[in-house]
Amino acid sequence: MNWRSAAEFFAMGGYAPFVWGAYGLTAALMALEAWLAVRRRRRACAEAAREPRAREPLR
Amino acid sequence: MKTSALFSLAAPSRFYRASDRLVPWLWVAAALLAAAGLALGLLFAPADAQQGDAYRIIFIHVPAAWMSMVVYLAMAAWAAVGWVLNARMAAMLARALAPTGVVFTLIALATGAAWGKPAWGAWWVWDARLTSELILLFLYLGYLALVEAIDDVQRADRAGALVAVIGAVNVPVIYFSVRWWNTLHQGASVSLSAAPKLASPMLVAMLLMTCAFWAYAFAVVLTRAGAIVLERERGTEWVGRLGPAAAEPVA
Repeated sequence: MNWRSAAEFFAMGGYAPFVWGAYGLTAALMALEAWLAVRRRRRACAEAAREPRAREPLR
Repeated sequence: MKTSALFSLAAPSRFYRASDRLVPWLWVAAALLAAAGLALGLLFAPADAQQGDAYRIIFIHVPAAWMSMVVYLAMAAWAAVGWVLNARMAAMLARALAPTGVVFTLIALATGAAWGKPAWGAWWVWDARLTSELILLFLYLGYLALVEAIDDVQRADRAGALVAVIGAVNVPVIYFSVRWWNTLHQGASVSLSAAPKLASPMLVAMLLMTCAFWAYAFAVVLTRAGAIVLERERGTEWVGRLGPAAAEPVA
């Protein structure tokens, strides 16, 4: 292990705002994107289940 | 896989069912690979001799930048296939890829800035690589704005395909920028032709994170593609037959 304590790990050699800022933003963006995609999927499923069937696709 | 079996996925119904089964595994793979990559990169890899621990941003910056380029090429390729072969599923995949490309490009730019400040003393410089990556973001946003602006789905797909394909020239510019111009951004440490100039645990962690980002990209793009398929194919026979299962998507 590269670190002697948890405090050292979170400090990232003094670069904590840069490193954790970068990782935090990355995690937030990916979580947001995933949530939006899953939400879009769920909505599309719900809409599709409601639609009366047997017509040509929207294309 | 036989080519005929592969081409059968061109039918939205078959694509939908196949991707439905695959997506949960992709999320699991992404999580496991990320856990391994982050553990190795953040806990075990040593600090850099010059940059100390600030360099650890590399484990998200480089994979995101690679993905931003790969996703663009995939988007342009599928858009072109959709246009040339008049293939609906290909066009839908291109649309599904674009938002993920935006996310990776934003991550690459933002993490790059977070790294640039401690490493170079600047959040941003107008050097060749940074500028061309920013242009990539504009290309993604332009593609999305264009396809959303045109009501006729087919025309929107075709217009988008033109923009996507023309914009693809930017990807080799980004890649070769550090070689063609005198840039602040460092040159390639990892290449297909030469031994890597990176120490082993750092390289392994970076490759693990790249694989994690790949798995994540597939998971999120296939999820979105499934949504697009249902949106476009609403009311058709096969969607009707999905029945209660349709209301219970994966993830």
